[in-house]
This record gives sequence, C-alpha cells and structure tokens, in this order.
Amino acid sequence: MRIELWGVRGSLPTAGAATTRYGGNTSCVSVRTGEGNLVVLDAGTGIAALGRSLGHEQRVDVLLTHLHLDHIQGLGFFRPLFEPDTEVHIWGPASPTSSLRTRLTRYLSPPLFPVALRDLPCRLTLHDSTLGSFELPGLRARSALVCHPGPTVGYRLASDEGVLAYLPDHEPALGVRRFPGTSDWTSGFELAHGADVLLHDAQYTEAEYAERLGWGHSTLTNAVAFAHLAGARELVAFHHDPSHDDDFLDAFVAEHDGLLGVPVRGAREGDVLELVGQESGAERRNLTA
Amino acid sequence: MTQREVELILVRQLASYLTIPIFVVDSKGTLIFFNEPAEAFLARRFEETEELTLEEWTALIAPSNEDGSPLRHDQRPIMTSLEDHRPAHATIWITNQAGVRHEIEVTTFPIVGQAGRDLGAVALFWGVER
Repeated sequence: MRIELWGVRGSLPTAGAATTRYGGNTSCVSVRTGEGNLVVLDAGTGIAALGRSLGHEQRVDVLLTHLHLDHIQGLGFFRPLFEPDTEVHIWGPASPTSSLRTRLTRYLSPPLFPVALRDLPCRLTLHDSTLGSFELPGLRARSALVCHPGPTVGYRLASDEGVLAYLPDHEPALGVRRFPGTSDWTSGFELAHGADVLLHDAQYTEAEYAERLGWGHSTLTNAVAFAHLAGARELVAFHHDPSHDDDFLDAFVAEHDGLLGVPVRGAREGDVLELVGQESGAERRNLTA
Repeated sequence: MTQREVELILVRQLASYLTIPIFVVDSKGTLIFFNEPAEAFLARRFEETEELTLEEWTALIAPSNEDGSPLRHDQRPIMTSLEDHRPAHATIWITNQAGVRHEIEVTTFPIVGQAGRDLGAVALFWGVER
C-alpha cells in the first residue's frame, strides 16, 4: 500500500515561503494498492496536483470525510472527473436531510463553480457513505462518524500490506474531563485501533485549543494520547494550522515525537509511505526519508 | 472494548456537564451511562459500576405508581422511547436504596442517529415540587 500526501494543511490553503517544506495545500492523500487501484482521501486543494500526476485511470474512488470547504475545494480541478472513460466513485457522508449529491451540488454548481456536477464527463457515481465496512477494489474499507461539527466520518483502509487510519478532522477530547478515557467512549477508536499509520488531526497547541474548544480539531498532545490509546504504530500529525509555519512545525513535532512511546511525524506534502505486509505485521517504509 | 457510536459519546459528554439526573441506555435498554446527579438514585458511582441491564436498573429504582403498584410495561416512558421511538413523559414514583419513595417526573426521548440508526434513549429526571 503506497500512501502519498498531496495536501496536509487544515482550514485554508497557505502558500508562501514560510510553508514550502510542509506545504500549503489542504487535505488530500492518495492510496495506491499493490494491485494498482487508486483511492483518494479527501479533495482539498492538494487533489489538483494528484490529478495532474495521473495517467489514464480506469477507476478512482474518492473518499470524503466531510464537506467543509478545505476538504472539497480541489474536487472540481481533479482531472479524472473530466475524462469520459474514467469511472469515478465519490463517497461521503449524507446529512440527516440531504444526500451527498445534494450537498456536493451546492459547491459544484454556479455561482460557486462554473461546471455543474451533472455535466462532468466522467462516469460518476456518488455514494452516501456506508457507516461500517465496505469493499473497495483491493481494500477493505470502514467508515464511522467521528467527533467534528456536522456529519463527518473517518476511514480505515486495510489490505494484506497494512492498515491506514485517516482522521484528519477529529476532536475526540471534546467534553472529556480527563482525556483519553476508556476506549469504548472514545470517538474514532475503532478506526484507529492497531493501525500501522494513523493520519490524525493535530492542528492546535494547548493554548490555541483553549480558545477553540468545539471547533472540531485536536492538539498534537491529544493526538499522541489518542494514538497511544488506539495502539497505532505511528502517528502522522496532519491538518496543520494555517498560522503554523515550517520552523514552528519542526519544533512542534520534535517536542511530541516519542511521547508515550508513540513515533510522531509531521505530515509534509510529497511524503510517501509504503506499507509492506509481513507475517509479523506490516512493515512501514518511508520512501522520502 | 467495542467503541460506542459517536452520537452516544456526545450524549454522554453533554450529560456529564448537566445538573439534571440523566440515564443513557442503549437500544436494548442497558444502562450504559448515568451522570453524577443520577448517582443518588442508584447509590453507586458510574465509574464503579458495570453496565446494568434493563431489568437490573429497573429493580434498583423500582418505578411504581402512587399506590405502590409497579409500573406496567406500557406505563414506562423509557419503553415508549425504546420501542416506539417517541418521546414520552410521566410522573412516577421511585424508591431509593434506603427504601425511601420519591415522586419524580421523567422525560425520555429516543436517540436516532445518522441514517436512522436506533441507538438507544435518554431519560431525564425532574423532582416534583408541590
């Protein structure tokens, strides 16, 4: 399983000299299975570069965690959507009253976007996210609602090569007096349990979080505690705050790396991780290290 | 342990901050959480309590009518919320662990999650003031 990071920033694209090492594009991660199948996690601005990098794909599955703009802003710039021979499946959460199609159409239609969803040339299928397990080509997928404002899911993708858990927007500590509590009362636990790689929200410092309770994001400290509770083998700190520049993130990640025995890496655009299955579990290789 | 649905987690978090006694039950009626104000009903702390089945927690509070007769199944608001998925309200009597009866109002509502999932119910208890 080859995991490539195309956008790691939260909330707002943040281009500029101060963010060149970690990157300024918003959430997008590609997962290429051993058989060559392509799954894309979220469609933030990073998805545009992913689209440009692709050859012709027969099928692409795009899994949206939720429909906040930083997770869908790049969707209309994803090249496979404009290829008539490509089968594109978009999965994402419905709301209690609206289907994924209705909700996505609010963005992918004039005046916010010039091309309407129904006019996209690809062979498009929209799926209201099934809560629980479902099959994707070459992957066993699972989605579950997680603690974040509005309908939001996280994903767990598993193959014989390993397990990736993806919870880019997640505030499991909300309202919990002593975080973490027990696993059964912790949002996202089942998705992350025993994952080889956990890509998790780590947007805030403690001081920032104190002023932004309920906004749906985590401190890096809480992300480490969550990873430890879930028994994840490695935490990739994700969804960086737009105000955090490269130098800040270097120090922020270094302060937390190894706490509670959890290896922590700050997500960077262009990072490639590879999970290679072994009898004793998955071996993770960082091809960019 | 199996993780709870996020809607239940959020209900518990809210209940833990409120001063009204609150029970949270799953779709089978098992008492999976009660907040601090509700601990007096059961004479036990949540942190020291295993899950209680519907029969177990019902036996502990002994819900009854004013004349002391046990509430029938269809008189119990929690059953209306669990089985009919409707909110309900009633004035009932419960007996605490010291054997003292209290008149109390109970309001219940079902927890219906995303995609119409039946996740359980919430019971809020109000002391009766005359």
